[in-house]
Amino acid sequence: MRKQRTILPLYFTTILFFSAPVLVPRWILFILTLALAKFIGVLGVALFLRGGLVSLGHALFLGAGAYTAGLLIKWFGIREAFFYLFLGPACGALIAALFGAIIARYRGVFFAMINLAFSMILYSVLLKFYWLTGGTDGISIGTPSFLGITPAKEALQHILYYFVLISAGIATYATYRFLESPLGYFLKALNDNEIRIEYSGESVQKIIFITYIFSGALGGLAGVLVSFSVGHIVPELTFFLQSAELLMIALLGGIGSVFGTLFGAIAFEFIRTYAYKYSPETWQMTLGIIMLFLILYQPGGIWAIYESLVAKFRSRWERVKVG
Amino acid sequence: MNFAIIIFADGVIYAANLFLLSVGMTMVYGVLRILNISHGAIFALGSYMATSLALKVLAQGYSPYITYPALILGALIVGLTTGPIIERLFLRRIYGRPVAIQLILTFSILLVLDDLMKMIWGTNPIFVSEPCTLLGEVSVGGIPYLSYNLLLVGISLFFGALLFWIVNKTRLGKLIISVISDSEISSAMGINVNRIYLIAFTIGALCASLGGALIAPTTASVPGTALNVVSLSFAVIAIGGMGSIEGAALGALIVGLSRALCIHLFPELELLSIYLIMVIILFIRPQGLLGKVELRRI
Repeated sequence: MRKQRTILPLYFTTILFFSAPVLVPRWILFILTLALAKFIGVLGVALFLRGGLVSLGHALFLGAGAYTAGLLIKWFGIREAFFYLFLGPACGALIAALFGAIIARYRGVFFAMINLAFSMILYSVLLKFYWLTGGTDGISIGTPSFLGITPAKEALQHILYYFVLISAGIATYATYRFLESPLGYFLKALNDNEIRIEYSGESVQKIIFITYIFSGALGGLAGVLVSFSVGHIVPELTFFLQSAELLMIALLGGIGSVFGTLFGAIAFEFIRTYAYKYSPETWQMTLGIIMLFLILYQPGGIWAIYESLVAKFRSRWERVKVG
Repeated sequence: MNFAIIIFADGVIYAANLFLLSVGMTMVYGVLRILNISHGAIFALGSYMATSLALKVLAQGYSPYITYPALILGALIVGLTTGPIIERLFLRRIYGRPVAIQLILTFSILLVLDDLMKMIWGTNPIFVSEPCTLLGEVSVGGIPYLSYNLLLVGISLFFGALLFWIVNKTRLGKLIISVISDSEISSAMGINVNRIYLIAFTIGALCASLGGALIAPTTASVPGTALNVVSLSFAVIAIGGMGSIEGAALGALIVGLSRALCIHLFPELELLSIYLIMVIILFIRPQGLLGKVELRRI
């Protein structure tokens, strides 16, 4: 029953996304590319939110992925996009595995704090070691090559879009499988009752550790894709503001569903673009006010609005059928 | 030897700044159990308001000594308005909700206030130097220091002592401690818990705006202050122990001294050292140096 309900929207979403380059102008395509790239990073944050854990430092992985690509391009000139498609997640997962065992011991506000501290360490390294990273000037990424072919400038936007779209599809499927695995169910249970998980014979620290590695890989992938779609990376990618933004997108979309996160990411980029277009001085304020209203009146995010609409229509439909 | 004195003096001055900018956050966390990200915006708002009032005073041709009360007045205006408004309108609705909701709510308030400041004061830095230059310089161990900086050290000591006195020696403090220990029992005993929350948050907001106003003459008020203040305060209060006023003082001192040491010896490690210490402290003592151990769910 549940499967049937999700298969139709999934089908239409996929078709819409694949035909987007024909349907929308170029500048919207750019926003979509960026939104999809960030969406992958937000998935990692949303995973932890399901477990009731808040990370204020997931931009660490974004920065790790982006600067892995940036440094290799700057110092060695490796531009192969498919290479980074594997290297980014690997790098994120490696960093997560290094610190994950420590981080898995923390809960609540301490979990947020230690994540923040780790991300700020990377931020200060990127900012201050000018000779290596270019400091605040950042690194220019340039045009990536795909399987050895460097695309022409006109085609680049489309190719990049499909590249990011397919990566996002893979990441979504992986997250879906993760959530459907026993570990994923335990992760959801973490929010309700940690002690009962331990009683049922599963180690909570192990759950958090593995989730951390997985979300680190997602973050690394997102970092690589963000760096390709923007074309320029700066240390701000790992700053506290970026982490808060990821968290914000997750809550905007609603953490109940992977689709919610997707719509949250797209809505966020569009709100930002339009707010920036109509009032460049106060786009943060627009965003802040929307978030305040959402948190106070619709804490489930956009997805909850969608679900309540669907439920309303369905009940009306049933009534029509019966009557 | 002389070098050590320089590092020590710089460190203490920076620590005084850090204490002023983070003590409000630890106060709010201690009572309300909410990590108040909007703290940084209140700090920046206080610094903008105080600076612009002081500039108005100078523009009217009054004696530059009037700038001191103008700074304090600016801080009081900001603290006494933003504090109650934020607590009554927003925070009251999210007590006991998930941490993510609390963080993003206070972060949204920061975004709104940050742009409000840009709308009022523009994006160019504003700066009033009179309170700072008026006092002249003092020589400590042969090195000249701005007297205002030494005054800040005194003020932050006084400030810490005052807060400590309020929490530990007055009736209000006893009520606050009782609410911290158990808000349900407190309200059963007839304490108006909501009012204590309101008072505690307003004290926190006042600390933030006063800190902003007092630090303003030594640096300019610029957009982006709010976020830097937040990430620094996080480090200071996590090191000292979240919710502990003495902890904020100790954390400020540690961060201040280590930063001074790094600036003089390894300038590249300036920012890194702060967060490295934060990670090490969180690793050894997750509750911070002077924080109380919280009961864990396992």
